[in-house]
Amino acid sequence: MSDENFERFKQCAVKVLSVDEAAVVPEADFADDLDADSLDIVELVMALEEEFDVNVDEEELEGVATVAEAFELITSKL
Amino acid sequence: MSDGRDGGDAPTPGRVALVTGGNRGIGLAIARRLSRAGHRVAVTYRSERPADAEAYNLTCVRCDVTDPESVAAALATTTERLGAPEIVVCNAGLTRDGLVLRMSEEDFGAVIDANLTGSFRVAKQAVRAMVRGRWGRIVFISSVSGIGGQPGQANYSASKAGLIGLARSLAKEFASRNVTVNVIAPGAVGTDMLAALNEDQLDAIVSRVPLGRVGEADEIAAAVEFLASEDASYVTGIVLAVDGGLSMG
Repeated sequence: MSDENFERFKQCAVKVLSVDEAAVVPEADFADDLDADSLDIVELVMALEEEFDVNVDEEELEGVATVAEAFELITSKL
Repeated sequence: MSDGRDGGDAPTPGRVALVTGGNRGIGLAIARRLSRAGHRVAVTYRSERPADAEAYNLTCVRCDVTDPESVAAALATTTERLGAPEIVVCNAGLTRDGLVLRMSEEDFGAVIDANLTGSFRVAKQAVRAMVRGRWGRIVFISSVSGIGGQPGQANYSASKAGLIGLARSLAKEFASRNVTVNVIAPGAVGTDMLAALNEDQLDAIVSRVPLGRVGEADEIAAAVEFLASEDASYVTGIVLAVDGGLSMG
């Protein structure tokens, strides 16, 4: 897990989800720990697409529940 | 310049508004109304710019709602000149009337593409900034034909009925972000579109209007102004008929 990329990811999450930096840890669950609903996750993914200049298809989001899974999905496209 | 994140429902005169098909008829009346109400208004047009855009301080942007890239360009231009639209009125539309037995698939599809899918394209692209800003108003201009059907307008009526389902889905998807989505269903209104009807058709329509006359474009615009206002903050997913009572049946 690249520190620099994770920092960029974290800043997106902090901004979009209005959560504390400290809460954005790999094992955090979007729904349970970050209080994010499905629209929040879509918003976050749109922000991440811009930040990392990648495209995420709708079906790729299925089953993404934690920060680590989302980070993995985004960075696998770099 | 606000980053849009402060949102909330504090009175903020002068939102940025975008009216598609705002160069004439109902669209132009809406644009003038919103401008008079203190909003910064952009109108899209396909072929001709509105004649008196300067008098109403309207920013004119060319846009073909059947082309997603044209929609994106129009939104980018509006955002650059005025800021991201917080009020969007999806009004652009066309008719290709004919009895179903004589209506080609192409005539059906073209009207759906412009009126229904065109509104989807505009709303989809514009709502993103509203979600970010936690404030938004989307108003779809449907038609009494979409509620009651109209002989010779199967394509148009289907497109206008479709807007209701589209609006209510968006209303539910974005309610948590303080974005309201409503529909206005105008009845017979004195515009070019109505002028295309012959006298018999017009008389037949007016005879069914309880208020006994054709409506003015500004009477539609007044309803849009309300739905776009702070005062309409608790109104979402409605279909407001502005039709002199025509749709009561």
